[in-house]
Amino acid sequence: MKLSDIALKNLLRRKGKAVFILVGLMVAVATAVAVISYIEAMTADINHKLEKYGANILVVPRTDHLALNYGGMALGGVSFEMQEIPQEALTRIRHIKNARNIAAVGPVVLGGVTIDGQRVLLAGIDFATRQILKPWWHVLGRFPETGQIVAGSEAARVLGLSPGKAVHVKGAALAVAGILAPTGSQDDQLLFSHLGDAQQLLDKKGTVSMVEVAALCEACPIDDMVAQIGNVLPAARVMGIQQVVKGRLETLTHFRKFSYGVAAVVVLISGLVVLVTLMGSVRERTEEIGIFRAVGFRKQHVMCVVFLETLIVASLAGILGYAVGLLGAQAGLWLLADGHPVAVQVNPLLATEALAMAVGVGMAASAYPALMAARLDPNQALRAL
Amino acid sequence: MSYIVADQLIKTYGKADAAVIALGDVSFSIQTGEFVAIMGESGAGKSTLLSIMGAMNAPTGGRFLVDDIDVYGLKSEQRADFRREFLGFVFQSFHLVPYLSVLENIMLPLVTVKMSRTKKRSKAMEALSWVGLEAKAGRLPNQISGGENERVAVARAIVNDPPILLADEPTGNLDTRNSSAVMKLLQRLNRAGTTIVLVTHSPACAGCAQRLIQMSDGHLCNAVQQAEGAQALQPSA
Repeated sequence: MKLSDIALKNLLRRKGKAVFILVGLMVAVATAVAVISYIEAMTADINHKLEKYGANILVVPRTDHLALNYGGMALGGVSFEMQEIPQEALTRIRHIKNARNIAAVGPVVLGGVTIDGQRVLLAGIDFATRQILKPWWHVLGRFPETGQIVAGSEAARVLGLSPGKAVHVKGAALAVAGILAPTGSQDDQLLFSHLGDAQQLLDKKGTVSMVEVAALCEACPIDDMVAQIGNVLPAARVMGIQQVVKGRLETLTHFRKFSYGVAAVVVLISGLVVLVTLMGSVRERTEEIGIFRAVGFRKQHVMCVVFLETLIVASLAGILGYAVGLLGAQAGLWLLADGHPVAVQVNPLLATEALAMAVGVGMAASAYPALMAARLDPNQALRAL
Repeated sequence: MSYIVADQLIKTYGKADAAVIALGDVSFSIQTGEFVAIMGESGAGKSTLLSIMGAMNAPTGGRFLVDDIDVYGLKSEQRADFRREFLGFVFQSFHLVPYLSVLENIMLPLVTVKMSRTKKRSKAMEALSWVGLEAKAGRLPNQISGGENERVAVARAIVNDPPILLADEPTGNLDTRNSSAVMKLLQRLNRAGTTIVLVTHSPACAGCAQRLIQMSDGHLCNAVQQAEGAQALQPSA
């Protein structure tokens, strides 16, 4: 027989108390695991969504002039010279240090054209990258082939365009393949054609007006990438569009802090539950501890029995708490994810941390009762002597 | 040279005016292999004396030596080792651990000893056979009679082969038949060389000892040398 046999047999005898401690610790672990898993899943989901968010780096020609527009309002008649970016320079973007974080590079050529007496902006783009750069686009009709265009909703309204109609630009007839559903952005005002068509119509062969870059957002260093692109394109100005990303991540950070605070309170309460229960248990076992001491157990042996009991219960609580926490997080995501459930990932590191936390809290909470047990005067404990 | 020496033992409880003297200047010695009974009315200080002899209750004054070891000169943890190596206890109310089987209760003093599981088990079985309860090894204390519980307590007290056995009213809760059986066990142990100190109210039990120490109000009254090979308590007594 060993000390662990005594610990195990005592737990089996005092099942009610053991279960109470188990549940107390399990709730703490489950809460912490649920919170962490939920936040991890939400962060992964937001990052995943941000990857689909379109361009988050913009490359435009460098200029010494300041733009005279604000909030979509432009002071008419004011224009300034702007150097276009050579298209062949774009290949350099694919060779920056963080090239693996680039999801898509979308060159855009812009130029004004006149249709039926109306000035309108024609944008030539690479439609192959639109699913990444413009994932929110919906077209009534279909996307254009060479020699066709897609009109923004507002441009279509003003110019009276509909799918199947043709427009004449600088003597060339372009068929309207589709109309963009309203996006609420400047895209609504534009006509879109294939990059090559627009370059030819605008006499901008081999150049682009701007470049949209979509970076994979999960752990991608946008600031570094902006600097790297700036280095390979010194004649261009490179900007990171981070407000949305940062805003969302900041919200998540606040939520994370709040959740961790709640989890910490639950862990503290659970530790107190274990402490009080074990102190009661030690008082109940005064006689038994007196026997142990009388037959030659050292203080450390008595403490060892109490710690072993806690270790057994806490280990079980850690394992069960992790499982319950994962299920809780999954249930939470199911209820709150608006019909688009996000899967919670099994994380071996978190499982290990959950086990360590249960054992740590259990041990910390049992330290005082164990010391109390060890300090019991065997003579008083036995009374009979 | 005496094996156990109590030298001017004093024990008081409480302080100043409220102090109660449980033992006042008690001195005696016990030789190796002696069977000594301590008698006296309730409150005479018998149990206090036995707890001091059990290395569990430090005296207020005086010294207590076993085999020339000043027991209360040892540190608390050393005294725990001393109890394990030198002493076996038999209590009136058995003090068995309720959730451990008879065999496990007997193995208790061996738990902290470096010894193989098999060896511990065989020693416990040996002690169990000494008290004639091999058939009840797997029972829990509440599944056997009071007399059997006391015999289990004796087996637990001797499992680690202690040179001294301290018994506090071991027959206090037993009927005459079981008392007789327990006293016979103690006599057998004594014949095997164990020094026994027995605290009892029962003159019949005290009659089994070789020497009788009478106590009253925390003092020794007299010590009576009894007949060599005193008789065990008979069932009819």
